[in-house]
Amino acid sequence: MLYREAGDFKTSYGKDSQTFPLKFDRWAYWLLLVVAFGVVPFFINDYWLNAVLLPFLIYAIAALGLNILSGYAGQISLGSGGFMAVGAYSCYKLMTSFPDVSIFFHVIISGLITAMVGLAFGLPSMRIKGFYLAVATLAAQFFLVWLFNKVPWFFNYSASGQISAPERTVLGYAVTGPLATAPAKYLFCLVFVLLLAWMARNLTRGSFGRKWMAIRDMDIAAEIIGVNPLSAKLSAFGISSFYIGISGALIFAVFLGAVDVNDTFSIQKSFLILFIVIIGGLGSILGSFIGAAFLVLMPVLLKNIMVGQLGWPSDLAAHFEFIIVGALIIVTLIIEPHGMAQVWRLTKQKLRLWPFPH
Amino acid sequence: MKLTKLAAFAVAAVVAASPVLADLEFPSISYRTGPFGANGAEVADGFSDYMTLLNERDGGIGGARVNAVECETGFSAEKTLECYEATKGNGALVYSPLSTAATYQMIPRVTADGIPLLSMGYGRTSVSNGDVFSHIFNFPGNYWTGASVIVNHLLDINDGSLEGKTIALAFHNSAFGKEPIRTLETLGEMHGFDLTLLPIDSPGQEQKSQWLQIRREKPDYVLLWGWGVMNQVAIQEAANIRFPMENFIGVWWSGSDNDVIPAGAASDGYKAVTFHAVGSDFPVFADIQKYVTDAGLSAGDGGNVGTVLYNRGMYQAVLMSEAVKVAQAMHGTADITAAMMRDGLENLVITDDMMEAIGLKGFGPNFEVSCANHGGPGLGAIQQWDAETQSWSLITDFGAPDMDVIAPLIAADSAAYAAENEIASQCN
Amino acid sequence: MPDQLLFAIEVALNGLMTGVLYALVALGFVLIFKASGVFNYAQGVMALFAAMTLVGIQKGQVPFAHLINSIFGTDIHHFGWHVPSIIAIILTAGVMVLFAWIVERYILKHLVNQPEIILFMATIGLTYFMEGFGDLMWGADLKRLDVGLPQGINDMIDITTAEWFGYGFFIDNLDIVATIIAAILVAGLILFSQYTKQGRAMRAVADDHQAALSVGISLRFIWVLVWSLAGFVALVAGMMWGAKSGVQFSLSLIALKALPVLMLGGFTSIPGAIVGGLIIGVGEKLFEFSIGPLIGGATENWFAYVLALLFLVFRPQGLFGEKIIERV
Repeated sequence: MLYREAGDFKTSYGKDSQTFPLKFDRWAYWLLLVVAFGVVPFFINDYWLNAVLLPFLIYAIAALGLNILSGYAGQISLGSGGFMAVGAYSCYKLMTSFPDVSIFFHVIISGLITAMVGLAFGLPSMRIKGFYLAVATLAAQFFLVWLFNKVPWFFNYSASGQISAPERTVLGYAVTGPLATAPAKYLFCLVFVLLLAWMARNLTRGSFGRKWMAIRDMDIAAEIIGVNPLSAKLSAFGISSFYIGISGALIFAVFLGAVDVNDTFSIQKSFLILFIVIIGGLGSILGSFIGAAFLVLMPVLLKNIMVGQLGWPSDLAAHFEFIIVGALIIVTLIIEPHGMAQVWRLTKQKLRLWPFPH
Repeated sequence: MKLTKLAAFAVAAVVAASPVLADLEFPSISYRTGPFGANGAEVADGFSDYMTLLNERDGGIGGARVNAVECETGFSAEKTLECYEATKGNGALVYSPLSTAATYQMIPRVTADGIPLLSMGYGRTSVSNGDVFSHIFNFPGNYWTGASVIVNHLLDINDGSLEGKTIALAFHNSAFGKEPIRTLETLGEMHGFDLTLLPIDSPGQEQKSQWLQIRREKPDYVLLWGWGVMNQVAIQEAANIRFPMENFIGVWWSGSDNDVIPAGAASDGYKAVTFHAVGSDFPVFADIQKYVTDAGLSAGDGGNVGTVLYNRGMYQAVLMSEAVKVAQAMHGTADITAAMMRDGLENLVITDDMMEAIGLKGFGPNFEVSCANHGGPGLGAIQQWDAETQSWSLITDFGAPDMDVIAPLIAADSAAYAAENEIASQCN
Repeated sequence: MPDQLLFAIEVALNGLMTGVLYALVALGFVLIFKASGVFNYAQGVMALFAAMTLVGIQKGQVPFAHLINSIFGTDIHHFGWHVPSIIAIILTAGVMVLFAWIVERYILKHLVNQPEIILFMATIGLTYFMEGFGDLMWGADLKRLDVGLPQGINDMIDITTAEWFGYGFFIDNLDIVATIIAAILVAGLILFSQYTKQGRAMRAVADDHQAALSVGISLRFIWVLVWSLAGFVALVAGMMWGAKSGVQFSLSLIALKALPVLMLGGFTSIPGAIVGGLIIGVGEKLFEFSIGPLIGGATENWFAYVLALLFLVFRPQGLFGEKIIERV
């Protein structure tokens, strides 16, 4: 009922490669943007911002980045936490060294710095493949965290080694620091999400994306048909790290305001991002968002139901939360190994054919 | 969402109409799961049991009932933030996240929201300077006073001189573990002892390298600044290399029952600094037994009563509830707000009479909080473990740290924070 | 001999011993990966769960006590008996077999023929599940593990080396026991896989799933078997590590120590796990001893990975891994 179409009437290549080939989807997309930019900022409060929306937006950026690397280029990485730390610490150094430059540029430059680091750690991917590469990226994770913990220059020689974001403004509104309002923080992150998602979509359907997918599907075959594996793999590492660096900078500056590198950028974070990508769907932009929503919202929801509504002791609820999240991950993988984006795709296909499935 | 809001309005209307007092909200940010869950659970039990006792025995504080809702974080900074946002709107009076990393993150937030934060023996040390940190308190002790009290104890047992001695600091390689370094370095220059730094990466499951180094270099004393599994492994490894336990001294977060029990008899004689008494030999524990445990209201399974960390959680509840009493007296209302709570904490004076009245005579030191000094005098005592009886005992009185050393460090660090964040003087 | 050299030898010896402990964890990974192609991240949490179960059975703890108490308002904690260590170990091994059967029946069976990354993710899901489940069953408090393993410095070595070199070496008794047990375990595994019917079937499955199926070997039985064996290895690893630190959540993080060992030794080789463990153990200890003080210490967490990474650049399949043959 939702979709009404009769046949394929596309007359140009442009129409054929549209992101949203269906009119209904285009409408839904624009409506979502209007709601996200025009409605949500008026109703947002601190709880929704910090418990739900900011983690969702920021992890979606990181997931987009990892999806480029793992989903499109097929290189599994467990170093996301370390790369996020690079973004966060670059952002901190930039914020404190150049206080007059807009934070917007600091975040972007942090992403670029992370991309450089990502390129360096991407080099072993020339030789190492599969799980060996996944475990090798852990070297980046542990080394980077150790480095930021150890070298005092990175945390401006503070006694404890913690970094805290000073107040910075965009267009006169504070987006970092304790006085920043919920709508300002939200919109700041939303702009990044929109820009980066748009960029990811266009990269992955362009020549970059095709090279990555060729490498993913069979790297030797790709090499034979003329894809340079060095440039394809390294570009995937670089661009993916750019995204992850931006998300790390946003986590630090906008979301948490202060980070301890051991806690915030630990290996657990790397796993979380990989989960988001896989549960959402490898090689799907939409999947990154669905996965982020699932893994950010689910624990909050479970906690609110079990502790808030049912009044269970908080430790029992926490144990059940682990059990349920673990079980849901397994069940999702069993039911649909291609992630939730695939479930959505199938549903949409069914809806388009409905009520005449044959 | 709408329904709950309607319900909230309905409740608010009922409350406004009747003379019943609103609850005093004490959100208990706790962690009973995750790598530090074993420790977090004991602290949370102590806190929650004492608050329950106040409700059951006294009907709350000054007639207003206490509502201490737990929020589980698993020691994650992000979950802590979620808990904070979820509870701050309910009239939360004071926070206490029991994590140094989370405290750093919350300092600017609670200050902006006008809610006090009490980081008892952890967090950012320089918040003792109330002139800069208006809403943050860290009485009765902090890392730097703790380090100084340990050094004072070492001076005592060495007839006042540590000249030429070597002290090794085995620390958790994080914000928490790095805190005492600056103080110990300054004290080292003053008293002429050498400081060796031995960082141990979280979680600290494998420390063989560090302990082989200790065995080779034979420092006179080893200080331990750890939390969680790092403590148990460190004490076991110290026992393995036969390091004399009485020369092994932990900070208060490395001196709980959990830390020494896994090593069994080998941990006999291990010392730790503390800012409150140990054991359950106080009248208040009889009340907890009667009103809380026997009534089936205890937060845990009741097995933690009297452990070091349980006592710490309880002490935290004691100090908070005493501050509520101060605030109630100051503002003439039982139903206090977070701003009044801040005043209560800032004017808190703990005396022997007060502690005796609540059945905790001699449990903690006497101290006074003021606008300029949010940390109190930082008194601390040394406790020692007896593996035979499975109990800690205090072997010194509560002694003062070397404030001449610490005060300039606090002033410098807080001045840097004030300059960075453009904070004006709060006290004049 | 100069002191520094003696120290270095001592450090290297201790590194070897630590390497054995790493290898114990890595062994469980290899068993499962070889037979089913599953990279089982849950190995660490299996060690934790096994150790918790062992302590729980030994002390006669009531499983799910906290849950039962809060639902029914009862106050039960212990059955009031004390099970001897050896019986508790056997019972725990039984629990791990049951666990293996459940994993096969409810997870692996449904994920046959999925890409490796999906199977890997499923085991991370299993890790989450087991973390919550283990705590729910036995409580999250810290437990003391006491199965009578000796601990502390070995006096004989200390005194002998002191006589020879003038400096007594430190070797932990627990490490010696661990080395002996690991040797027995590996010998047992090799004998089992060489000389028993099930063992040979296991090797057949590891070589080629389809060929093994076609000669009538039950894949599902073999999977239960290797997961049980891995569960038993996890129990041994949990006992060794738990004796040091007490049984608590952090025990599950030892999996992270085993990953570089796997990379180095190859995912498919049992001797590789042992040799890899020894190299990593010695390498990280010697690095911390020699270079660590220059760059601020606490290098062990990352050095193992960097070392393994360097090895891999020259040998992408690990030291003993099967040669990767790629065809288009």
